[in-house]
Amino acid sequence: MTTEHVRRTPAPPEGTYLGMPKFATNAKVQLGDNQLRKNLRNATGTIRAKRVARVAEVPEWEELRLAGEAIKDRTLRHLDTYLVQLEESLTRAGAKVHWARDAAEANAIVVSLVKAKNVDEVVKVKSMATQEIELNEALEEAGIAAWETDLAELIVQLGHDRPSHILVPAIHRNRSEVREIFLREMKLYGTPAPDNLTDDPTVLAAAARTHLREKFLRAKVAVSGANFAVAETGTLVVVESEGNGRMCLTLPETLISVVGIEKVLPTLADLEVFMRLLPRSSTGERMNPYTSMWTGVMPGDGPQDVHVVLIDNGRTRVLADPQGRPALRCIRCSACLNICPVYERVGGHAYGSVYPGPIGAVLTPQLRGTISEIDKSLPFASTLCGACFEVCPVRIPIPDMLVHLRHQVADKKRHHPGVEQTAIAAAGWVLADRSHFELAQRAAALAGRLLPGRTHLGPLPWPASPWTNARDLPMPPTESFRAWWQRTRGETA
Amino acid sequence: MRAEGLTVALFATCINDVMFPGTPKAVVTVLERLGCTVEFPLEQTCCGQMFTNTGYFDAAVPDVRNYVKAFSGYDYIVGPSGSCVGAVRHQHPMLAAHAGDEALAAEVDKVVARTYDFTELLVDVLGATDVGAYFPHRVTYHPTCHSVRVAKVGDRPYQLLSKVKGIDLVPLPDADQCCGFGGTFSVKNPDVSVAMGADKAHHVLETGAEYLVTGDNACLMHIGGLMHRQRAGVKTIHLAELLAHTEGGPR
Repeated sequence: MTTEHVRRTPAPPEGTYLGMPKFATNAKVQLGDNQLRKNLRNATGTIRAKRVARVAEVPEWEELRLAGEAIKDRTLRHLDTYLVQLEESLTRAGAKVHWARDAAEANAIVVSLVKAKNVDEVVKVKSMATQEIELNEALEEAGIAAWETDLAELIVQLGHDRPSHILVPAIHRNRSEVREIFLREMKLYGTPAPDNLTDDPTVLAAAARTHLREKFLRAKVAVSGANFAVAETGTLVVVESEGNGRMCLTLPETLISVVGIEKVLPTLADLEVFMRLLPRSSTGERMNPYTSMWTGVMPGDGPQDVHVVLIDNGRTRVLADPQGRPALRCIRCSACLNICPVYERVGGHAYGSVYPGPIGAVLTPQLRGTISEIDKSLPFASTLCGACFEVCPVRIPIPDMLVHLRHQVADKKRHHPGVEQTAIAAAGWVLADRSHFELAQRAAALAGRLLPGRTHLGPLPWPASPWTNARDLPMPPTESFRAWWQRTRGETA
Repeated sequence: MRAEGLTVALFATCINDVMFPGTPKAVVTVLERLGCTVEFPLEQTCCGQMFTNTGYFDAAVPDVRNYVKAFSGYDYIVGPSGSCVGAVRHQHPMLAAHAGDEALAAEVDKVVARTYDFTELLVDVLGATDVGAYFPHRVTYHPTCHSVRVAKVGDRPYQLLSKVKGIDLVPLPDADQCCGFGGTFSVKNPDVSVAMGADKAHHVLETGAEYLVTGDNACLMHIGGLMHRQRAGVKTIHLAELLAHTEGGPR
């Protein structure tokens, strides 16, 4: 570049997701942040308790989960049919449909649509799809400012930060940090925060409302995602809490919605299942405050120029793998993040993706492939405790899928054997046959005899150090169970 | 008692066989006390879970074959581990399919249906919740993830513990949260594993218990290893060993 590009919006952090080191390395950094761990423990604990209470009110909850799973699976089996039907319905209703194979195509479409309107800014509804394709940066490079209007997304954007949670992108920030960000940044990008700003949540929300108001009233173009897209009618649905979405979806002249192809539902009636599953699973509410539905263009009311960009960006690759496919059922509720003991301790940034937590660990490596260090490590970022499946409203078998993806990663290493492959091969040999196992047992018992009187081993050098740095290791006993059995009972026929 | 004459094949599990022989011995003690005949088929090695969950399916297939070879002749197979029993039931059919061996898959289906966690065999098959145990100590129980969510043992461990004479069973805060062991997770992600284990150990200490009891020695090795390093003074014990204690002595 010959001239320095002058940014319109706050710059995100340096570096890229794909350039991040493996999960364990990122996690260690995050674990060192005591404030972060406290914020996460409080926030996830609160939302978990709300979900449990609201789900307990629905006696047919398990039937609802089964229905959600069945509807999504049927839709995915016939995705081609439903997508064509969605396009026909949208076109009939006056919307223009665009197809994008990947992030670059989707971003180019949105940039050209905005430029055609001769504007240099858009307001945005919170949307995971636009985060995934990094639309804001593509717009910024084209000289167009994208303003996030969801409160938490605004905190992330003004904080020069990245989202760390699907539903609550600023979950890693507490209120005093939010106050500092608002005081420092709001004045650089619009209406400043009042000088006497406190960290009272009501006061902070009021400052955000004032800051955003001028942007809502000025904007000619809005960009949204969609929680659901109904094939039968061409209706798009946005589920939200703050009303900022409603402002964006009704005030501007032009509305551009970027929607993943897996968001399609066959009929409006299918919404009755998902509108019960989603709020209770995500915010722990019986119903969310704002549900907006629009079907193309309504003459004289709301946006008159309506576009829908349907994006693949790796989704057909996920669809092609029967064992990976259930990840496309996801309705982005975040229940798996909130219940996950790993997520609770490290937060979202360690996952190197806009999709963190258990769902991110199965979705991201499939969308991007298991090539980079971070993507290869994500399937291992779980203890396989199974809590995520229990809370998933569409019954995504995340633990089984993690094992499936681990197999893919291990299979790729087959031609480049390292320490792990050697250790696995050795252990595999030991356990493959009774005679090998008994030989190894005698060696273990010998170790026990060499250090008489010791019950535990303390800190040891590598390769034992990852275990013994913080945990003592019990000594193997001098006689295995098998040896005891043979000594006292003889062979069993 | 229905147990009279019942022949049970013991699946000791590899980690118990080598590292914690007291646990399978305790299973033998309790089952014989209840009138069962216990056999230990020597062909057995391991459930293969460590390989499967690290992504090495091929390395786990010989373990599936060993399991079938060792146990196909028995109607009742019992293992003192929710995790290993869960792996047999949930993963062996997948591994047989991975091996592309239909005969193995058919054998696996039969043997898997006859595999019980120790608490299931006691409560469901033998109809015994009071197994004559005596353990006059303050105890807290951690329901390990795989025993609850894969083997699905439900409240059977609590049913058994509540009938132990002299026991002071105290609830563990945040009991349903994972301890952070997670098999090879404990060494691939040691910092997260230890952070989770430290929280679990903290909750154990909060209860003032003398003993932490679980149905899985691997989780116990992790939490116990942390508490031992911290000189926390809390002892760990497998549920089977606790149930083996009687008024007459440890066995």
